[in-house]
Amino acid sequence: MLDTLMLSRIQFAANISFHILFPTITIALAWFLVFFRVRHLQTGQGVWMRAYRFWVKIFALTFALGVVSGITMSFQFGTNWPGFMETVGNIAGPLLGYEVLTAFFLEATFLGIMLFGMHKVPPKVHTLATFMVAFGTTLSAFWILSLNSWMQTPTGFEMRDGVAFPTDWFAVIFNPSFGYRFIHMLVACGLTASFLIAGISAYRLLRGDTKAAPKMTLKVSLFVAAILAPTQALIGDFHGLNTLEHQPQKIAAMEGVWETEKGAPLLLFAIPDEQNRTNHFEIGIPKLASLILTHDSNGEIKGLNEFKDEHPPVKPVFFAFRIMVGLGLVMICVAWLGAFKLKRNQQLPNWLLKTLVGMTFSGWVATLAGWYVTEIGRQPYLVSGILTVKDAATDIASSNVAISLALYLIVYAGLLVAYLHTVFLLARKAVEIEEMSDSERLVIQKSEVQYV
Amino acid sequence: MFDQHTLAIIFISLTGLATLLYAILDGYDLGVGILLPLNQSEQADTMIASIGPFWDANETWLVLAVGLLLIAFPAAHSEILKALYIPATIMLIGLILRGVAFDFRAKVAQTNKPIWDRFFKIGSLITALSQGYMLGMYVVGFNTDASSLIFALLSAIGVACAYCFIGATWLVMKTEGQLQIKALKIAKRCVVITFLGVTSVSLLNLVVNPTIYEKWFSFPTALILLPIPIICAALFVLCFVVLNHLEKDAQIGTGLPFATAVLIFTLSFFGLSYSFFPYIIPSKVTIWQSVAAPESLNFLLWGAIIVIPTIIAYTAFSYRVFWGKVEQLKYY
Repeated sequence: MLDTLMLSRIQFAANISFHILFPTITIALAWFLVFFRVRHLQTGQGVWMRAYRFWVKIFALTFALGVVSGITMSFQFGTNWPGFMETVGNIAGPLLGYEVLTAFFLEATFLGIMLFGMHKVPPKVHTLATFMVAFGTTLSAFWILSLNSWMQTPTGFEMRDGVAFPTDWFAVIFNPSFGYRFIHMLVACGLTASFLIAGISAYRLLRGDTKAAPKMTLKVSLFVAAILAPTQALIGDFHGLNTLEHQPQKIAAMEGVWETEKGAPLLLFAIPDEQNRTNHFEIGIPKLASLILTHDSNGEIKGLNEFKDEHPPVKPVFFAFRIMVGLGLVMICVAWLGAFKLKRNQQLPNWLLKTLVGMTFSGWVATLAGWYVTEIGRQPYLVSGILTVKDAATDIASSNVAISLALYLIVYAGLLVAYLHTVFLLARKAVEIEEMSDSERLVIQKSEVQYV
Repeated sequence: MFDQHTLAIIFISLTGLATLLYAILDGYDLGVGILLPLNQSEQADTMIASIGPFWDANETWLVLAVGLLLIAFPAAHSEILKALYIPATIMLIGLILRGVAFDFRAKVAQTNKPIWDRFFKIGSLITALSQGYMLGMYVVGFNTDASSLIFALLSAIGVACAYCFIGATWLVMKTEGQLQIKALKIAKRCVVITFLGVTSVSLLNLVVNPTIYEKWFSFPTALILLPIPIICAALFVLCFVVLNHLEKDAQIGTGLPFATAVLIFTLSFFGLSYSFFPYIIPSKVTIWQSVAAPESLNFLLWGAIIVIPTIIAYTAFSYRVFWGKVEQLKYY
């Protein structure tokens, strides 16, 4: 039987893994919608509005899932992790409070106007509402990543009787790893949304959609992905340097380095063995890890053995990191190839369209893998050097947590299936709808009937 | 900079305000959800359209209320929600189901729409019942003896009914024709049951809890407080009379029942809060014993002073945009 601590950990991990899927899409999809809306305002071309109308549906659905899965977490802080608020509540509280006050209301209120107010407000106000929603989602990422980064690299506080008190709010919010993590996450959102748009657009084209909108959205999303994918590799590199400075044990686990060494190889594959403190089946490129991490081929990387009882479990961090980087490389290749072919031939071959459909939700996998690296990499601490996960745990009965966990898992699994099913269903529905000329559209708009 | 004593009062007021706004705002849309007819899809569409632009922001008040409790009174947040762990989980499941059903029903194949309508209705009901149950458990100080449980169960039904009441008055205001007539009938029934519920909870509270009795009936505060239940009772009567009148002629004053419902919610909430103040966990922990560090609360307070009026301003703007009778359901 699992104890309360383990069940609470699984529950929080399940909740936050499920939750992050949806904001990862909406944070960037909102900006795509702003772009479509503004282009329509500028050019008056119907294709932009059709793109907007199709993607705003997926946005609304995704947003709803993000909202409801987010609420559960504000309850768990107190119920399952009372030690978290007891120890660092004076820091975490206001950051969470600012997220609700500045971001949640903004996005939720303007979402109403964005979704239902198109014919009730002037186009400019509607565009502004779309912008406010996008701004709100990004602002919410700002606050939550500030808190998360503070948990990784805490600054701007002092401990009194085992409780953290803020001394410098600027240092708290803009803690050493915040900038890297925030930008890394925003670009991850951009990539996730780009590959979603590209995948669904490709799906529509493969199903014989001859309308202009999916071609246009395919093009926009692939070009965005082609820029963001390599940018992300660069940001990831800087983020890695920052982590090496502040959390060397995390880097050691990511790279599978046991003994401190100079000129460490980059391991492409290995099976870390924590019991014998070594790796099996290593395949590596000599000196490359040192070169990447210290920008010096003979640079020193601290090994896990230097952090005996204070380093994270190696296997999950090691493998999750490889999944993230591997997918990132695939994304660069596919995005560049797609952008190149589109530029040249104005269309993509079927095999490439199919690849894009297969990669529709690849951003989810990479994002989750990345989060697992950074969150598991912080173990055994909940707040680096201040509070361990174990000390933050609750004393409620394990049977209670088992019940709530089972309920959440059932609901989440059902919703995930329904979500994936519905996204593709919306795409198929969009294929069937005939394209209307702009004059027809005007007539219909006047009689207030819905169109896609 | 405020001291800890003042901050506790400011933050309990803000938490209370957020809770009250949540009860009113999500109250009406949960009520509409509970009342959703499963056999008349056209009426269901109109009802959903009437709450469409608002439900998400309404629910955010819950996040703020729970968030403020977590931030300003972390120990109380932990104690209260640990005692209510299972009902809170059930409420969250209810909120999840209704929140997503709202969107799914519009997007899935026509044949699957009734399934999501059902989820919407059941999710709303589960949410309302578990909130009422939690309120009841809170009032009895989390006791789990038989009479306390019965009280909590009655409270569950009472709150669900109060939500139906405010939801029905919302529909009276926002709809026309057949649906409005139906809403009027439901509102009339619910106003009577809600009246009985509020009265019995108030009386029971006085009987069970001698400190509460003292707070309400000690001279001279009684002179200021006594008007509250009297006005509340008068509002119930007024609401019933107006509903009766509207059944004959629904031309003007359709917003009046909703307005009285809002006032009734506000007065009842004030009465309940006054009974427990300054305790945050009834007869155990006061707000001053559980308040967080002043440097944190001051930092948040300055932001709140700027941001909350802004939130109210754009919320008002949103209500103005969707003012008047709801039109046919149009999904973006």
